[in-house]
This record gives sequence, structure tokens and C-alpha cells, in this order.
Amino acid sequence: MTNLIEARGLTKTFGDFTAVDAIDFHVVEGESFGFLGPNGAGKTSTMRMIGAVSPISAGSLTVLGLDPMKDGPQLRSRLGVIPQEENLDLELTVTENLVMYGRYFDMSRSEIRARVDDLLEFSQLTEKRDDKVEALSGGMKRRLTIARGLINDPDLLILDEPTTGLDPQARHILWDRLYRLKQQGVTLLITTHYMDEAEQLCDRLVVMDKAQIVAEGSPSSLIEEHSPREVVELRFAVGVLEEVSEQLDGLAKRTEILADRALLYTDDAEQTIHEINEAGFEHEAVLVRRSSLEDVFLRLTGRSLVE
Amino acid sequence: MATPVAFRVFESEALWYRRVWRGSVFSSFLNPVLYLLAMGLGLGTLVDANLPEGVEGVSYLTFLAPGLLAATAMQTGAGEGSWKIMAGIKWRKSYHAKLATPIGVRDLVFGLMLWAAFRVLLVSFVFAIVMVAFRVSPLWQSLLAIGPALLVGVAMAAATTSYTVRIKNDVNLAMYFRFVVIPMFLFSGVFFPITQLPEWLQPIAFITPLWHGVQMCRALVVGVEPVIAPWISIAYLTGWIVAGTALALAPFRRRLKP
Ligand SMILES: Nc1ncnc2c1ncn2[C@@H]1O[C@H](COP(=O)(O)OP(=O)(O)OP(=O)(O)O)[C@@H](O)[C@H]1O
Ligand SMILES: [Mg+2]
Repeated sequence: MTNLIEARGLTKTFGDFTAVDAIDFHVVEGESFGFLGPNGAGKTSTMRMIGAVSPISAGSLTVLGLDPMKDGPQLRSRLGVIPQEENLDLELTVTENLVMYGRYFDMSRSEIRARVDDLLEFSQLTEKRDDKVEALSGGMKRRLTIARGLINDPDLLILDEPTTGLDPQARHILWDRLYRLKQQGVTLLITTHYMDEAEQLCDRLVVMDKAQIVAEGSPSSLIEEHSPREVVELRFAVGVLEEVSEQLDGLAKRTEILADRALLYTDDAEQTIHEINEAGFEHEAVLVRRSSLEDVFLRLTGRSLVE
Repeated sequence: MATPVAFRVFESEALWYRRVWRGSVFSSFLNPVLYLLAMGLGLGTLVDANLPEGVEGVSYLTFLAPGLLAATAMQTGAGEGSWKIMAGIKWRKSYHAKLATPIGVRDLVFGLMLWAAFRVLLVSFVFAIVMVAFRVSPLWQSLLAIGPALLVGVAMAAATTSYTVRIKNDVNLAMYFRFVVIPMFLFSGVFFPITQLPEWLQPIAFITPLWHGVQMCRALVVGVEPVIAPWISIAYLTGWIVAGTALALAPFRRRLKP
């Protein structure tokens, strides 16, 4: 298997500010690779360096065997980019947006036309093909942006927060589309704030925080490594949590006290609940769930991901 | 054969323009007609009554028309280099979309200048036809005058673009039009010979790209001797185009590929 992306000590600075601080990672052909991190972690800065639209400040970066600093145009001709910030042409129709974008890659009109129908179908926009983009919903615009990014049949698709700002239904439709691409063997690079998204879509991911990579692995291995299997969530009435937080400590492998609840990480939730009941805490509600990437993030950074 | 990359940018501008061309062609036709009616004929009657020998030997309408041709080209160029560029960078963000493809910053700027040239050409052509309709000059002379108008228009587009990419918001653009474009329009010899200006102001008029266009258009349309040799004006305006385009590249890169 070949590495489509290889980064060593990859760094991005803006003046004195370091947005990406010497990160190392690699992406293998055919996998879908995630960057998970909160606002300002440096995800977009990294994507832009990979997409050859932002010069790297230090370190080395190879994408599709090319040097983004030297072979920019050649590299970009083989990438599909779904940027975080929408930049469709609102005044043009859905089809016109695709045609125009295809022309940037110097595809012939007949070549483009041959692809447009498939892409419209794939993005479930066939009915909207002659509508102005202005009139589309957020989810449709996002799907169109993905279709646009696929026009040149890219070897690598870069998706910067593909589902941020969409309602749950629109997100699920999008996940389904991305899953299909993955099945077709397209290499995906995805950034996200959302743990469930990373769990759904990524074979492997890195957790980024404050310009650095703090963990790397598959979703399940990260959970295994950084968080016990199960979580007991205890909710307390206002004010009670502070009083009992110390007594909760020894009950589980690890305890996190959040604003409104306590999280007890354990390998045996039943046993933990039993002990809690024995100790006689006056909790309002108990919830047992599987450990998720959210918990990994909390563990690694001491903060929850989406405030 | 691969399409030159800058031309792909031109093409996308054209595709987008198709959405709005009706309105803009109408106004590029209506503007010269209104100006020539109001100033050329209306005001011109007064001027001609007071100057039996004419303005520089011709009727005011004939004096004004070639100057207005150059001025219209200048304003079209300024328009292409201002709000539209700002929109591409800040509001529509269409340049970000282009730069994610094989298109590079230089291709983008060249393509935009190519497009500005095309717009100026279109507007100047319409103006030339209107001049013929007003019997200012025969067709071939009017068409020849498009040449200098094109140079002025692109010079302004390039210069304005290199300014627009350096400013943060559009308040500055409003100032630019108020304090640069409009004064240039008024005091570059379009409406009256610059010899009417106070001595100390005349050199400033010489520096403006518009004056050079005006004197060349007027020489072609009216048939008078140019004030200075046309090749000097051509070289001067070409200098503006080259310098404006070159000065736009670095800030474009800084803003779109930080
Ligand atoms: N052009 C720029 N000039 C200066 N600072 C910048 C620039 N672009 C990004 N930054 C800074 O770099 C840091 C990382 O930004 P980046 O956009 O990469 O984060 P992100 O992980 O994508 O965040 P988000 O989830 O909000 O999109 C931020 O603090 C941001 O303010
Ligand atoms: Mg981002």
C-alpha cells in the first residue's frame, strides 16, 4: 500500500502564531482519514497545506508523491476539495456550477456533460439541476459542493467539516454519500468536530488540539487505549455535585466531573452502579453507555469537544 | 490542446456575465446616449453659441464625444478592478474556489485582466456606434478610437485591482471613486481642454492615464494633431497595465494563499 500523504514535522505559522506545530502523519491509499479537533485546532490550516493553497512553514509534506510547494497545479488537478467555507456561485444554476468547475480542470464540455448526470444523481440533485444555487438548502449546497469536488475524478478528496451546520437528517444523507465514496475506494481526508462523524466515517484518525496531534489510531483503538469500555453518567440536583465529587473518586477507573454530571469510566458498569447504590448517593439519573471518541477527547485534553 | 489557464478564468467570468449581460449592455448603451444628449447637444448649444470658432476647432459635441469614449472605458476598467474583485476575495469567495483547482494566482490575475479588456472592448464598441449615430465621426474613425480606449480601460482595471487587493473593506473603495476616479473623469480634458486648468494643475492631468487616452481618441476622431506623440501615450498606458498587474500579484497571493 502506498502513502498518499506523508507529513513530517509539518508546521504552519502566521507571524508569531503557530497554527500547526510540527505534526507527523501519513494517509494510505483507499483509507478514510480523519482530523478531529475543536475550533482553532489547526485542521483547516493543515488541509490547506495539503491542498497546495497555503505554503508550508516548516517540515516536509508529500501529497500523491508530489511536493505541494513546487507542483501545485499538477497536484491540485488530482484533488477534490470541499472547503469549510461555502464558495459556490450562487447566481448560477446547479449544473452551471459543475460545468464551470470542470472547465477549471480543462475538461471538455462533452467530458463534463458525461459526468454531470452521474454526479447529480449521486448528490440527489437531479431535480434541482436547473435551479439557482441561491435557492438550495444548506444540505443541498453541501452535496453540490461535494459533487463539484468530484468532477475531476480526484485521487484524494479533502472534506473540511463536511456536515457542520446541517440538521441531523441532512447529516445522515451526507454520511451515506461519503460512505459510498469510501466503498468505491476513494481516499477521503475528513476534518470534523463531531465524534460520531469520525466514528462513522474514519478508518483512522488523529486527534488535534492546540496545533498538535495528541493521539492517533482507529476509532475503536483510541477508545480502547484512552477510555475504559463503559461510562456511567450520573446526574445530580444543582449543588449536590460539588459535595459528592470527592467521594465519587475511587468508584471507577477514572472520573470526570462536568458542569451538570459526573462521568465514571469503568470496564464493568453493572459493578460500578452497584457500588454507587451501596454508597447511597442521591443522584437524579443514571445512564450507562459505551465509551466514545468524545470521552477520548475529554481524556486527552481535559475539555469536552463541543462546548 | 490544453486551454491556457488564464483563459479558463476568462471563460468563467463570461459564464457568470451571461446572467447579467442584458442589464449591463443596456446601461452601456444608455450612458453614452444620455451624456451626449445632455452635455454634447444640450450644453453644447450654449458653448457653440459663445465660441463661433469651436472648441479646438470643432463643435462641442465633436470635441466631447471622443473624450467621453475614453472616460467610459476608464470607468468600466475601474469598475472591473474594484467591487468585483472585492467580491471575489471577500463575499462570493469565488477566487478561493478557483485556486483550489489547477488555476494559480498569476493565471487568475491574467484572466481577470483579460476579462476586463473584453468588457472595455464591449462598452467602447457600443460607444463608437453611438458616436456614429450622433454623426460625430464616420464608422472607421470611431472604430479606430476603440484602440486607445481599450488601453485606458485596462490600465485602470490593472491599477484599481492592485489597490483593491490591498485594502480590507469597501469603505476605501467608495473613497477611491470619490477622490480618484470622479476627479480624473472631470479634470482630464474630457469636458474641456486642460489648458483651461490652473497652471499648477495641468501636470497632474498629464499623469492620469485618462488624459493620454483622451488625447489619442480625440486625435483619431476629430483628426487634430495629438498633443504629444501617440507612441509615448501608448508606452505610458502599457506601463500602467504591466505595473498594475505586477503589483496585484503579491497581495493577491498573500490574501488568497496565506
Ligand atoms: N490567515 C490566517 N492568519 C492568521 N491566523 C490564522 C489564519 N488562518 C488561521 N489562523 C489561525 O490559526 C488557528 C488555526 O486555525 P484553523 O482554521 O486551522 O483551525 P480549525 O481547526 O480549522 O478550526 P475550526 O474548527 O474553527 O475550523 C486559529 O487560531 C486561527 O485564528
Ligand atoms: Mg477549520
